[in-house]
Amino acid sequence: MLHIAHRTFGDVHILDIEGRITIGEGTLHFREAVHRVLQQGGRNVLLNLAGVTHMDSSGIGELVSAYTAVGNRGGCLKLLQVPPRIREVLTITKLATVFEIFEDEAAAVESFR
Amino acid sequence: MRGDKAPETYSISLSVASGFEFVELVEAVTTTLARLTGFDEETAMWISMAVREAVINAIKHGNKEDRQKRVEIQYAFNHDGLSICVRDQGSGFDPSQVPNPLDPENLLKPTGRGIFYMKAFMDEVDFWSSPTGGTIVRLRKKIRSRNP
Repeated sequence: MLHIAHRTFGDVHILDIEGRITIGEGTLHFREAVHRVLQQGGRNVLLNLAGVTHMDSSGIGELVSAYTAVGNRGGCLKLLQVPPRIREVLTITKLATVFEIFEDEAAAVESFR
Repeated sequence: MRGDKAPETYSISLSVASGFEFVELVEAVTTTLARLTGFDEETAMWISMAVREAVINAIKHGNKEDRQKRVEIQYAFNHDGLSICVRDQGSGFDPSQVPNPLDPENLLKPTGRGIFYMKAFMDEVDFWSSPTGGTIVRLRKKIRSRNP
């Protein structure tokens, strides 16, 4: 199961994600949440992954697709509080070099300024 | 795994239809067997993630999501480790043709990381074509250390 809460801080859209970003409902729910932000005109997207427990290769693919979709609209997608398991996946896939990753939310929000 | 006269290697088989809803079932069985084999919780989770990828590939690329086709999962485990064979009923494929997801031109591609995932979390991953059709993926993980 995946639960996503959407909040804003100025023009920064923060998605607090809990659960599994894995093939099926997880990746679908994640994709829809990011698209809703884009449809609302959001361009600065911060994914809070603190509550994410699992991410399979499809989940990684969705993360990459979201990064590209936001970038194609002139925005930027960044990551907040990535758990060790997910950070390990990002490291071995070399995506840790692609995403900006923050531990502190205020610093992450400020980085969009 | 209890008892003085327990057999050395245990075998368990699963057969599921080509539906993604069965992936969670396979994951749960894999986690249980990995723990039974003696892997710690974290390693068991990664083994399960690798097997998930093999099953997803079998459903998606092997059986083309044809629900009439089956995915067979065979587990063999003992005190040395766990071996899992995942077999589909597809027309086979050449793993050497799968692009390296770490190449700069592939880094932002949304697909193509399944085999990489398997290899990252298991000690050995082998592919071959079954004489009776389909592709077999064998994933193996050894117990690193065990208290004497």
